[in-house]
Amino acid sequence: MQTLLDKCCDKCTHEPKNPCRDFIKCRKEGPICHDDESCRQKRKDIINGIHLPEGTDKKNILICAGTGCTSSGSRKLVDVLKEELQKHNLQDKVKITMTGCHGFCEQGPLMIVEPDKTFYVRVQDSDVPEIVEQNLIAGQVVERLLYKDLATGESCKTYETVPFYARQQRLVLHNCGHINPEEVAEYIANDGYTGFARALLNMTPEEVVDEVKKSGLRGRGGAGFPTGMKWGFVRQAEGDKKYAVCNADEGDPGAFMDRSVLEGDPHAVLEGMMICGYAVGADEGYIYVRAEYPLAIERLKIAIAQAEQYGILGDNILGSGFNFHLKIKAGAGAFVCGEETALLTSIEGNRGMPRVRPPFPAQSGLWGKPTNLNNVETYANVPHILRQGGDWYATLGTEKSKGTKIFALTGKVNNTGLVEVPMGMSLRDIIFTIGGGIQDGKKYKAVQIGGPSGGCIPEENLDLPVDYDSLTAAGAMMGSGGLVVMDETTCMVDVARFFLTFTQSESCGKCTPCREGTKRMLEILTRICDGEGRMEDIDTLERLGRVVKNTALCGLGQTCPNPILSTLRYFKNEYLAHIQDKRCPAGVCPNLLTYVIDPEKCKGCGKCAKGCPAGAITGEKKQPHTIDTTKCIKCGACILGCKFEAIYKA
Amino acid sequence: MASCNCGHQNDDEKQKEFGDLLAKYKGVKGALIPVLQEAQEIFGYLPAETMKQISQSQGIPFSKTFGVATFYSQFHLKPRGRNIIRMCQGTACHVRGAAKVFDAVSTNLGVAKNETTEDRRYTLETVACLGACGLAPVMMVNSDTHGRLSPDSAVKMVKNYE
Repeated sequence: MQTLLDKCCDKCTHEPKNPCRDFIKCRKEGPICHDDESCRQKRKDIINGIHLPEGTDKKNILICAGTGCTSSGSRKLVDVLKEELQKHNLQDKVKITMTGCHGFCEQGPLMIVEPDKTFYVRVQDSDVPEIVEQNLIAGQVVERLLYKDLATGESCKTYETVPFYARQQRLVLHNCGHINPEEVAEYIANDGYTGFARALLNMTPEEVVDEVKKSGLRGRGGAGFPTGMKWGFVRQAEGDKKYAVCNADEGDPGAFMDRSVLEGDPHAVLEGMMICGYAVGADEGYIYVRAEYPLAIERLKIAIAQAEQYGILGDNILGSGFNFHLKIKAGAGAFVCGEETALLTSIEGNRGMPRVRPPFPAQSGLWGKPTNLNNVETYANVPHILRQGGDWYATLGTEKSKGTKIFALTGKVNNTGLVEVPMGMSLRDIIFTIGGGIQDGKKYKAVQIGGPSGGCIPEENLDLPVDYDSLTAAGAMMGSGGLVVMDETTCMVDVARFFLTFTQSESCGKCTPCREGTKRMLEILTRICDGEGRMEDIDTLERLGRVVKNTALCGLGQTCPNPILSTLRYFKNEYLAHIQDKRCPAGVCPNLLTYVIDPEKCKGCGKCAKGCPAGAITGEKKQPHTIDTTKCIKCGACILGCKFEAIYKA
Repeated sequence: MASCNCGHQNDDEKQKEFGDLLAKYKGVKGALIPVLQEAQEIFGYLPAETMKQISQSQGIPFSKTFGVATFYSQFHLKPRGRNIIRMCQGTACHVRGAAKVFDAVSTNLGVAKNETTEDRRYTLETVACLGACGLAPVMMVNSDTHGRLSPDSAVKMVKNYE
C-alpha cells in the first residue's frame, strides 16, 4: 500500500469496474468490509503522514506553487531545499509539499513548516540553508523571515496569528495552500468526496436539491441567483440528456479567486459538479476555463484523470448506477464568454455571442439540452453543504446572503491577496483590518468592486456590509469579487475610462446599445481625460449609461455603464475639475498636468536633465533647473529620479 | 507555406502532425475551437491555407472558421515572434502604473501593441488580466510570469529572452 487510495490487502475488491460503495469512507476510516488491525494501522500511518500529529519529530514543509509565488521564485526553492535536506540526511524526516495558493501573494514566496504552523515570508534561495539548520535541526524559528505585523511591528510566529489570516473564515479555501492539489489522496484525507458519497448513497436527487435550497447558497459568479432554485429548474426540465457546466472563464480584470481554487483545490470543484450532476440528472459535464490559466487547466486534467482512475468519476460510480463524465474546454480569449449563453455557444464551437433569454439554459442550454451552469466558487461551496448540511451553511453570512465569499484584494492596499470572509463583513474591516490599510500611508479614495460590471465605493460607504443586496443598492455589485483599492493618486475619470476601454473592446457587437453605446461613452470619457470635455458631457454620459443599461442584450452591456454611473454619483467633482478647471486632481491625466521644479528645493544636481528623454530640462549646475513645458512628454522620469523631491505635478 | 524559425521541426513534420490532428477531431461535434488551438500550436499562427483545410475536414464553411478565428483574441492570422510578451492591463496593474511599463517596453522594442519586431524576436501583446494581481504590475513572457515591475526592470527582463 503506497497511497491512501490503494488496497490495504487482497480482501479489498474495489475497482472502477467493480466499485465498492464504501470506497470513500473506507479510505479515511477503513477497512470497513473486514476487521484487521494491520490494515487499519496502514491507513492511519498514511493519514498521519499527510496530517502530522502533534509531538512528531517529522516535518512537512509546504511551499506555495500558486501563480504569484511561482513568479516570485518558489519553484527554485524546492530544488534548493531538496539539496539541503539531502546534505543533512533529513529527506526521510522532512516532506516537501507543493501547494496551491495561500492567498497572501504580496509576501511570496511563502513557506510553512507543519505541524508547527511556522509561517515564513519572502523566502529566497539563500535563506534555505538557515531554515534547515536553525529550524529543522536546532528547532529554533528563523525570526527574520517571519511576517511582521504592520500595526504593532511584532513578528507573527504562526499563520494563524497573522492579521491577514486571523479575521478570515476559510471554507472554500480551507484546502488551498495546505494540500498538494495534484494528489487526490490528500483531498480525501481532508474529508474530500464525503459530501458526494452522502448525496449519492443516502439521498435522492430531490433531497440534494432541497439541501442546497436550504443552505441559501447564491451564485458566486456575480448576479447572485439562488443555486438550489436553478438546480430545481434543471431537475424539472424535460429531457433525457442534461449537462452540468462550470464557468471558469474568470475574465474580470482584478479577480483571481477562481484561478486559485482551480489551482489549489481542483477536486472541490469536481466534487461540486458531480453532486450537481446527480441532483439535476446530468451525466456529462464541461469545465470552461480561460486559456490564460494554463496551470489551472493542467491541474484539472490531473484531477480528472485521478478521479477516473479510482472510480470516483466515470460509469456506475461507487456502485450507485450514476454515471458522470467531465471534459475541459479551454476558452480562446473573449471576455463575453463569461456570459452564460455565450459560454455555451462557445463550447459548441461558435463565436461566443450571447442570445436572448428565455429560453434559459435550464430549459435549453448546451446543444439545446437542459443545462445547469454555475461558477467555480459556487460549485466549490457545494461539497461543504452536503458534508455539514444546508442548515449549518445557512448560519453563515447574512439573512439574504449566506455563506462566505472570496475576494481578490488588490490595488493600493498593503496586504494584497485572496481573502475569504463571511458575507456581511464591512468593507472597512476587509480593507483596513485584513488588508492592513493603504500603501505608503496615503489616503483612501475608493474601492472598485465587481470588475467592469461593478462600481466604486467611497469613504462614506465603507461601513457597508458586503452582501449582494447592499452592494447593488450602493450602485456597485458583488460581481466575481474583485476588490481594487484606490488612493488619492487614482483618478476616477481615468478609472471609468479604463473600464470602458475594456468593455468596448470586449463588446461582441451583436446588439446596438452595447456596440455603439460603449464606443460613444468611451469617446466622451477620453475627451474629458484629454481636457476637452464639455459641460453637457455629464448629462450625455448619464443618459447614455441609462439607455445602455436598460436595452443591452446581455449582462456585459447591461452592467458596463456601472463604473461611469457610480463614479459620477460619488466623484462628480473630479469630472467637473477635468471639464471646468482643466485639472486632474489626482495628477494622472497627462494632458492636464504640467511638471514643475520647485526652485527652493532644487539643488541643481542635473540628474533630471540627464534622465529626461525629451531634453526638456535645462539649468546651470548647482542652480535651480526648469522644465520646458512645450517639450515635456510627461513621462514622469524626472520625478522618479529626483532625490530632493523638488519636482511635482500641477 | 511560410516556415517558422523555431528550428524544432521542418514543414513536413508539421504537416503530418496537422494531418493527425484533423483525423483526431473528424466528426467530433463542437471541435472547431480545439482544432484551431492545436493547429496554432503546430504552426505558431493560423495560415489561410490551414484554416481552409480545417473547414473542409470539419465540414464547416470557411466564413464560419474565419469568423471564429477572428472573434477570439487567442488566434493569430499572422506569424508571431519567438518570444511573446503579454503585458497585463488589469485594474490592479493599471492603478499601479502598468501603462508606463507598457510604454517603456514598447518604446524600447520599437513596436506597438500586437506588433512583431522585424527580427521576429518579440511580439508585444496586451492581456486583460493575468490573475496575478498581488504582484502588479505584471507581464508574461512566453510561459513565465514576472511581477512587481518597473519600466526599467521590465525592459531588462525582456532582454533575457533571445
